[in-house]
Amino acid sequence: MKVAIIGGGVIGALTALELTRYECDTVILEKASDVSAGGASKANSGIVHAGFDATPGTNKAVFNARGSAMMPQVCQQLDARYKRNGSMVLAFSKRESAGQQKLLNQGLANGVEGLSIITGDEAREIEPALSKEVISVLWAKTGGIVCPYSLAMNAAASAKKNGAQVMTNTEVIGIGKADGAFVIATTQGEVEADYVINAAGVHADKIANMAGDDSFSIIPRRGEYMLFDKKIGGLVSHTIFQMPSERGKGVLVTPTVDGNLLTGPNAQDLSGTNKEDVATTSQGQDYVWASARRAVPGLTRGELITSFAGMRAVSNTDDFILGFSTVPRFINAAGIQSPGLSASPAIAKHLASLVASAEQLPERARFDPLFTSIPHAMEMSEAELHALIAQNPAFGNIICRCETVTEGHILHAIQDGATDIDGVKYRTRAGMGRCQGGFCMPRVLEIIALATGQNYTSISKKGGGSYILTAERGATVG
Amino acid sequence: MVNVDLIVIGAGPAGMGAALAAKKHGVKDILILERADKAGGILPQCIHNGFGLHYFKQELTGPEYALRFARQIKEKQINIKLSTMVTGITADKIVTAISKADGLIKYRAKAIVLAMGCRERARGAIRIPGGRPAGVITAGAAQRFTNMEGLMPGKEVVILGSGDIGLIMARRLTLEGSKVKAVCEIMPQSGGLQRNISQCLNDFDIPLMLSTTVCEIHGSERVTGVTIARVDDNLNPIEETRQYIPCDTLMLSVGLIPENELSQGAGVSLAANGGAATDKYMHTNVPGIFAAGNVAHVHDLVDFVTEEAEEAGKNAAKFILNKKLDGKGYAFREKKTPSSAPLDPNEKRLICIVCPVGCEMSVYFDEGGNIASIKNNRCKRGLAWAKEEFTAPKRVLTSTVRRGNKWVPVKTKGAIPKALLFDAMSALKKISLTGNATVGTVVAPNIAGTGVDVVLTDDVEQ
Repeated sequence: MKVAIIGGGVIGALTALELTRYECDTVILEKASDVSAGGASKANSGIVHAGFDATPGTNKAVFNARGSAMMPQVCQQLDARYKRNGSMVLAFSKRESAGQQKLLNQGLANGVEGLSIITGDEAREIEPALSKEVISVLWAKTGGIVCPYSLAMNAAASAKKNGAQVMTNTEVIGIGKADGAFVIATTQGEVEADYVINAAGVHADKIANMAGDDSFSIIPRRGEYMLFDKKIGGLVSHTIFQMPSERGKGVLVTPTVDGNLLTGPNAQDLSGTNKEDVATTSQGQDYVWASARRAVPGLTRGELITSFAGMRAVSNTDDFILGFSTVPRFINAAGIQSPGLSASPAIAKHLASLVASAEQLPERARFDPLFTSIPHAMEMSEAELHALIAQNPAFGNIICRCETVTEGHILHAIQDGATDIDGVKYRTRAGMGRCQGGFCMPRVLEIIALATGQNYTSISKKGGGSYILTAERGATVG
Repeated sequence: MVNVDLIVIGAGPAGMGAALAAKKHGVKDILILERADKAGGILPQCIHNGFGLHYFKQELTGPEYALRFARQIKEKQINIKLSTMVTGITADKIVTAISKADGLIKYRAKAIVLAMGCRERARGAIRIPGGRPAGVITAGAAQRFTNMEGLMPGKEVVILGSGDIGLIMARRLTLEGSKVKAVCEIMPQSGGLQRNISQCLNDFDIPLMLSTTVCEIHGSERVTGVTIARVDDNLNPIEETRQYIPCDTLMLSVGLIPENELSQGAGVSLAANGGAATDKYMHTNVPGIFAAGNVAHVHDLVDFVTEEAEEAGKNAAKFILNKKLDGKGYAFREKKTPSSAPLDPNEKRLICIVCPVGCEMSVYFDEGGNIASIKNNRCKRGLAWAKEEFTAPKRVLTSTVRRGNKWVPVKTKGAIPKALLFDAMSALKKISLTGNATVGTVVAPNIAGTGVDVVLTDDVEQ
């Protein structure tokens, strides 16, 4: 019994881990050079939503509530950074205040605890940076923040430890059937599987089509973000939303689990051919900036360290498409836009159980989901760090100055599967600080080259054609 | 906890200058903590010349300038710990450092000189919209790859920002065979030294596009091009002037930011420029903590960093020895602002590079394009140089040569004809060194038949 999961984002990785509970073979097929590297799991708000946004009874509502409740424990098991910081939805007018009451009722119907509506003044007692124009606030104590890519990467690493196979640089180009099994054509050759789980994000409709399921379509919705230095990471402690519209939850301002301040996203629907165009635009940046300043007027641009865009996969039903397709043994996990990250642990459990109960798979005796990432140098006590350096001096060699990332940490990330600059960056935070890799990128490149035996010139930023260097010196002048 | 009289953070020109001055003024127990595996700060990768004209009255390359101080540090037996990263400083002057050799170690100092330098402003801080491909690189990172690692960051390059590092790298990449298509500068004038515009851009016909910025980056995996546009008086791009330039690299030289995260941790106040605020004795608001060099303000010339650091080191010594801080102190020196463009169409201006005075001379041409007269030179040497500059220009060439899997910096001992620069580069590529040698050792006599030798600009050992 073999299950192929197409897509190594947070849904694919967590589902793979859930499947390794059972007696079956699991393989993740990921197009990009790394798990959690290509799509929505890498660039999103990193929010665990309390669960009051979705219409009661929808998949979004059901799985958000369940996933959000599971998240603390899943993050603890997988050593992914998570914090229950609470969230606030701001109202600037009486009309918006009335809308808050509706959200509150919806939250109660969805089973969300810890919801209340407070006045603007009460909210400013808790969050002094909020605009004076705010007249009331829906306060959700159970809202949280999570590091989406460490959740996905650690889940994939844990799944691997439990026997799953992870194939990167493996793009699915066709799905056929032979002797009752799926034959999946990929850029790395054919892969056979009894079940296929389609977790291909913005490409999920294309993948379903390959298998003969044309029941839904996916619209890529781009969202731009601005990320600020840790120096102002404490400007707000809650995740600050404005009132949602039909295009989503609007621009938020939030601390991240790593201590930065993040704002975004806007919402821009792209045509179907542009599914990976995560370019930022000046209009998008201006919109995000103006919206963020409306909520938190004290925000200053001086501490901006980077801007980026991510892509949400919006289905034509506007709900998560979960479960068996019209094609036998083909399971969709499509249209997983917000609150998809919050819902992901529950979705993964659900998808795995679909396969397990259909096949009556026995549980494996030796399943151990626990994954421990190398602690960050700055998270260790001084005595612990000193002892670690004595044991392995590479932990005394600091490569990334802004984020205090050591050579030992980077070598560990390479062992965990990082093959390029971004793979190291998303596992260690090297290059994520205020200088954005200006100092450490050449050194990270050297460490990858030496550790993997590759040429310097063959090391890329994020696989494919994203090479960093064009030549070794001496080869360019005739 | 280890007690030390003076801790200097950083072994760049500021740190070494401060330590040497403190030693001279009576401090015996000094420790320099340096994160790199070599002293010199950023200077070892600045293989070009133009350093030392004010301080040493002669023109040196970056490695040569650094070596002069590094040798003195050794001679005066000042302790230095390399590959050691300071991760924290407190207001009561406890310094936490991490290294392979010592693990995590704490020092208590009587005084501290902050000399951490600065870092480059990155893409995020200047908000260029577009994709996030590989191939967007700061000038300093490109310089490190090219000069220290022997690796090329790009083939077809657009540079944004005309600061000195960007200009220097435009020349360096051109000499190494890359095509620098344009240098865009959002301001109406360049922030770089006049002579760098002359010797790094004009020499190689690289266009300097003023009041122009990069308004979009194209490419998803690697840069495929940039869109540039002229800007209006408010520095906003003018739509109609948008122009696409295909390239594989966007190099940024858009400013330097003093690196003061450690300073702030110790409670040091920052000035409006982001640098550690000091009085004229380079003393910060925290008693016993001094600051010098680019950590206080970004300097144009390293010579002035050294002078400022000597003041800081001297005063740190006085502080340790319980003497009063007095004397005239030190005032931050900015470079001469470039003069306005000449009004006379037959006039060209150039800044003399013969001596540190740096006269700005006016050279007048006759109808036939010959030199009619030269004014504003203060000596005859300048006159001769200006004539040569317009008839048979010569340049000192700096580059690197291979030594095993490393690269070491070299220069031509004197200027060679500008027309032979690329011939000399080709000849240097064939050289491969072995063994140890000291600065000044000839590695290629009579390069490209110019009669000029190529010499090492650093000690080479190990």
